[in-house]
Amino acid sequence: MLRYVARRLLMTLPVFVGILLISFLLTHLSGDPTDLLLTPDTPDAVREEFRRQHGLDQPIWVQFYNFSIRAVQGDFGNSLRFNQPAVELVFERLGATAELAIAAMLLAIAVGIPAGVVAAYRRNTPVDLSVRAVTLFGLAVPSFYLGVIFIVVFAVWLRWLPTGGRGTWMHLVLPATVLAVDQLALIARTTRSCMLDVLNQDYVRTARSKGLGEGWVTWGHALRNAFIPVVTVIGLQFGILLGGVVVTETVFSWPGVGRLAVQAIYARDFPVVQATVMLFAVIFVVVNLIVDIIYALLDPRIGYK
Amino acid sequence: MTDVTSPAVPADPPRRSQTQLVLRRLLRKPGAIFSLIILALFVICALFPELLSPHDPYAQSLTRRLRPPAFMERGLEGYWLGTDQLGRDLLSRIIHGARITLLIAVLAVAVSGLIGTAAGLAAGYFGGRTDAVVLRLIDMQLAFPVILLVIAIVAVVGPSITNLIILMGISAWPRFARIVRGAVLSVRSLEFVDAARSLGAHNLRIVILHILPNIMSAIIVYASFELARMILLEATLSFLGLGIQPPTPTWGGMINDGRTYLSISWSVSLFPGIAIALIILAFNLLGDELRDALDPQLNHN
Repeated sequence: MLRYVARRLLMTLPVFVGILLISFLLTHLSGDPTDLLLTPDTPDAVREEFRRQHGLDQPIWVQFYNFSIRAVQGDFGNSLRFNQPAVELVFERLGATAELAIAAMLLAIAVGIPAGVVAAYRRNTPVDLSVRAVTLFGLAVPSFYLGVIFIVVFAVWLRWLPTGGRGTWMHLVLPATVLAVDQLALIARTTRSCMLDVLNQDYVRTARSKGLGEGWVTWGHALRNAFIPVVTVIGLQFGILLGGVVVTETVFSWPGVGRLAVQAIYARDFPVVQATVMLFAVIFVVVNLIVDIIYALLDPRIGYK
Repeated sequence: MTDVTSPAVPADPPRRSQTQLVLRRLLRKPGAIFSLIILALFVICALFPELLSPHDPYAQSLTRRLRPPAFMERGLEGYWLGTDQLGRDLLSRIIHGARITLLIAVLAVAVSGLIGTAAGLAAGYFGGRTDAVVLRLIDMQLAFPVILLVIAIVAVVGPSITNLIILMGISAWPRFARIVRGAVLSVRSLEFVDAARSLGAHNLRIVILHILPNIMSAIIVYASFELARMILLEATLSFLGLGIQPPTPTWGGMINDGRTYLSISWSVSLFPGIAIALIILAFNLLGDELRDALDPQLNHN
């Protein structure tokens, strides 16, 4: 098992190098990085000094090497806006994003899996059709739009919930729901189709024929096996969830990493942008590693090769 | 040479009837007809916005700002969906927005389709090291919330139509490559490929004349889903202020405009969102129905 984990970690190395390269190139995309990092009226002498100080006068490969070494140590330099280490800023916001993402994930799983199971059992009944219609709808409506609608209905008209910000659980309801919708739809669809496959299998018939209750058959036999693709989907969609965080946090003024990233992009605060990009990459790789391990635990046939 | 290979190529008449068969199957489905009608409407809007929109989408007026739809109290006759914060007609702006949306989405899918198909064909056909490299690239890019990178890069290079098309196209190629690679693997070892090879056809000829036509249906189905995805991405970017810049009307940008005035007027944000949701729904439905129509044996339920 340990070797499997080590191998999987090793396989993620190229991903990290690629993402390092892209976030490094960000500041070089439009030519001279000093144009991005300094104000236009900076005198040439100051520019030169800045270049020398930050090693921008060195060959680009040397610059990339230095950038990577510092990035691995969590050093992306100071935020240009707050004059505070970029990594610190990002970590300050991490709690808020984690709260939102976990709430959304739990909601999506808690609603999506039972909805998929029920739809599979009641195939082609009104229940099934409405689950399918709702999921199709959930995938078609952009999350930022859903967020705006929710604000109009629940915050402006009904005045039940706040329009944005973070604080009580009331603040969490709308953004978590919006963030959960895409995941929920995908989880419900995947659960449904996997359950349909599994319910026709011999071992389910065996379980029924030996007199087990339908509940036991569903949760003990069928769902456990239908779970493997569902777990994969949850893991694969995590990247989309992180992307959704960016949009949802902006709509609801949620003080998390995503909103910080968007604000940093607007303000051309590149150290912060690079720090968020790397943080998202690390989170994503860790989550996928966990998914792979769960996957191997659920199905012993998936070897540690 | 062409004389010798011609028996290996499927004759033309059966293929045409295959297309007719698929079309007939498709047009029997209410879902497919619904989505085709919606898409036709939007395409007409995109092609002839000047003919269809009742007003100039850029004409501002202080006296008719933030009006609700015409059928409501305070609504203005002729402004069917109401007006925005600058007094511009919402319906006209939505109609004009269809052009930008469809132009960017279609070309972005073309870019990702070209890169992805080429990479997928190479990976699936040659296998071995080529396959390993392409797969690793696919994994690498799929492994990341691409939207963050796209908005970061757009912020640096600027949101021109060309930049958006290229960036969105590059962001989406891995999914195409994966689908194409899988499709190639399933036809690579079939008899007609062996036949062509034994007749001395080059790899390039085999790939383009024999393999590509046989995986075209998978590509078309996937392109439909990918169009929906690109429309969503474009709308998200313009919602975040990183799409085509004002005053050019974009649906995502209109929703963002309306956000400031939600407590006074909900219609500014509401209607462009309906347009986005409808067109995405239509492309997703069409993809589903196309897949079923092309491959009726598979029961995708």
